[in-house]
Amino acid sequence: MARSITYREAINEAIAQEMARDERVIVMGEDNAGGAGSPGEDDAWGGVLGVTKGLYGKFPGRVLDTPISESAFVGAAVGAATGGLRPVVELMFIDFLGVCFDQIFNQAAKFRYMFGGKAVTPVVVRTMWGAGLRAAAQHSQSLLSVVTHIPGLKVVAPSNPYDAKGLLIQAIRDDDPVIFAEHKMLYDVSGDVPEESYAIPFGEANIVREGSNGHADVTIVAIGRMVNTALEAADELASSGIQVEIIDPRTTSPLDTDTILESVENTGRLVVVDESNPRCSLATDIAALAAQEVFGSLRAPIQQVTGPHTPVPFADSLEDLFIPDTTRVAAAVKTVVDHVG
Amino acid sequence: MSGDHDERILTVTMPKWGLSMTTGRIVEIHVAEGDTIAKGDDVLDIDTDKIAGTLESPVAGPVRRLVAEVGDELPVGAVLAVVAPAEVPDGEIDAVVAEAKEAAASGALEVPDEPQPQLVEIGGRTISYFTLTAEEPGGDPVVLVHGFGGDKNSWLFVQQPLAEHHVVHALDLPGHGASDKEVGDGSLTSLADTVVGFLDALGISRAHLVGHSLGGAVVAAVARSTPGRVASLTLLAPAGYSADADAEYLRGFAAAATRRELKPLVGRLFADPALVTRQLVDDLLRYKRLDGVDKALSVLLGTLLDGDRQAIDTRGLLAGVDVPVTVVWGTADRILPPPDDIGERVDAGHMVHMEAANDVVRVLRAHL
Repeated sequence: MARSITYREAINEAIAQEMARDERVIVMGEDNAGGAGSPGEDDAWGGVLGVTKGLYGKFPGRVLDTPISESAFVGAAVGAATGGLRPVVELMFIDFLGVCFDQIFNQAAKFRYMFGGKAVTPVVVRTMWGAGLRAAAQHSQSLLSVVTHIPGLKVVAPSNPYDAKGLLIQAIRDDDPVIFAEHKMLYDVSGDVPEESYAIPFGEANIVREGSNGHADVTIVAIGRMVNTALEAADELASSGIQVEIIDPRTTSPLDTDTILESVENTGRLVVVDESNPRCSLATDIAALAAQEVFGSLRAPIQQVTGPHTPVPFADSLEDLFIPDTTRVAAAVKTVVDHVG
Repeated sequence: MSGDHDERILTVTMPKWGLSMTTGRIVEIHVAEGDTIAKGDDVLDIDTDKIAGTLESPVAGPVRRLVAEVGDELPVGAVLAVVAPAEVPDGEIDAVVAEAKEAAASGALEVPDEPQPQLVEIGGRTISYFTLTAEEPGGDPVVLVHGFGGDKNSWLFVQQPLAEHHVVHALDLPGHGASDKEVGDGSLTSLADTVVGFLDALGISRAHLVGHSLGGAVVAAVARSTPGRVASLTLLAPAGYSADADAEYLRGFAAAATRRELKPLVGRLFADPALVTRQLVDDLLRYKRLDGVDKALSVLLGTLLDGDRQAIDTRGLLAGVDVPVTVVWGTADRILPPPDDIGERVDAGHMVHMEAANDVVRVLRAHL
């Protein structure tokens, strides 16, 4: 039934419904349950931005507080997953990947492969990503390409509440380690979300916007919060007669290459919008994919709209400049449309 | 419209087709300024978030102004055309147009009270339904029953016009829409029991039953078991009139998990596959992802099919049943091909109530 809730609420609901459905699902992380020695529920913050708030009261004993020691508690979650639980562990910011990366990329990601399929590691690492919260260089990065690079990990980056719920349910039910990347600037965005449980399969891109009457001039592939930026730009461009098709990959690993390539074959023009740093990024990856596979369909050089190759600045004015905006996206679209080949 | 204009000035406004429609986009205009139109003439094609429909004129007279242009996206209730006799001065027409444009732009349109779907418990299941009621309803109420994989919203073009004179209910069968997804044995009898339970729950002693596809067989089974509750049957491309079926579609629809699998299948439902919008496919995917739907569809597939042939015999069910039956079929139905010997024909594919909604409404009005 049509009901509007926020991205934050959608994530919370997904965890609650899976915890109710499957007693093996547990939650681990910092400030989930109020901290050691606290009175409990009243102090249970639900993580730093309150995403898991309320779960501690509903599922006592299955929402665990951890010390500020990511290497220990992410490792514990990975171990619990191999032992039969289905932990949803919160890595507060994706920027803290460095302190627990061995547990993720050299352990969790390798078990199924190295044990010949006899071991599974159904762990979900929920983590915040992206710039815009005035949280400075160590809490604002978009390190999705780092985890996307690793075979054995699945990487999910929902751009709206409906996808957040369905993809998180899929992540919890999935037998492989999943990095579930929540864009911190989307938590208060609302959208229609069914009350019932549902799972969105991984590796299926969402066509967020189609051209007009089956025709589009340009394909935009955008990730996370940038999907909304692309949508705003597309509205502006439509009034000047340029039709844009927008594809949200939803999962960067596995990546739905077919949907992206089919669209580029139809439009002949590609703009990739990714707020991360430009080198070795999702933007370069998707641009290279199109250049290699559908070069003959391209009518203009591919454009990438990304952040600059710098840390995310702390000064508000500079952080705003860092993040791709509708003006830059629209300009890139005009560049590919105006290109004379 | 404020009431201080010449009463001879009539307007054609953006309809509300279906629960989720808030705006519509003008795709084609069939009339020109200066044309004289009759009630029921095609005026405009309007794209909703699901599918394009043709708006028939609710009024008659000379078209003095077309307020909408092709490509315009306008809110429900926005004035699209102004109809008035030639004697009404241009100045008055212009005033109406100016006011209409301002209202559409300002977002100040009066949004009619929006009825919401309701829930009712039937046989241990929660069943969702949506009711539209005429101000002065006449005769028995109408109950609309969708087909395999459909839901109550598929009646978007039909329910509102029927509700000008009747109370019209559209329900979600078990396993569908917002109803419980558990379908039990999924037999025709159990589905028919749900419809009878629905009549009981709403205190309806007798109703006109309208069913599409599998829903057609379901309402036929209701007439078989409880003929006294059925004022008439209208069967739209009903299951069980021959053994032929596009079994590949039915199995494919049940199995499809992705847009790429689903979209070409959904195209087979329509004479014109271009009618299938991104939103229509998205809505189906959203339904198919819900927990329990996979199982429900797979059980119901067993009710529909015996190998590659239809398992239901609706003709047999209706033999000797004394209820008026009207059958309507789309000439281009690829899912359940129309048998030669029965039914009115309309220009549509399997989804007659979406693709030839106005014809279906006309057929229904003729006997309701």
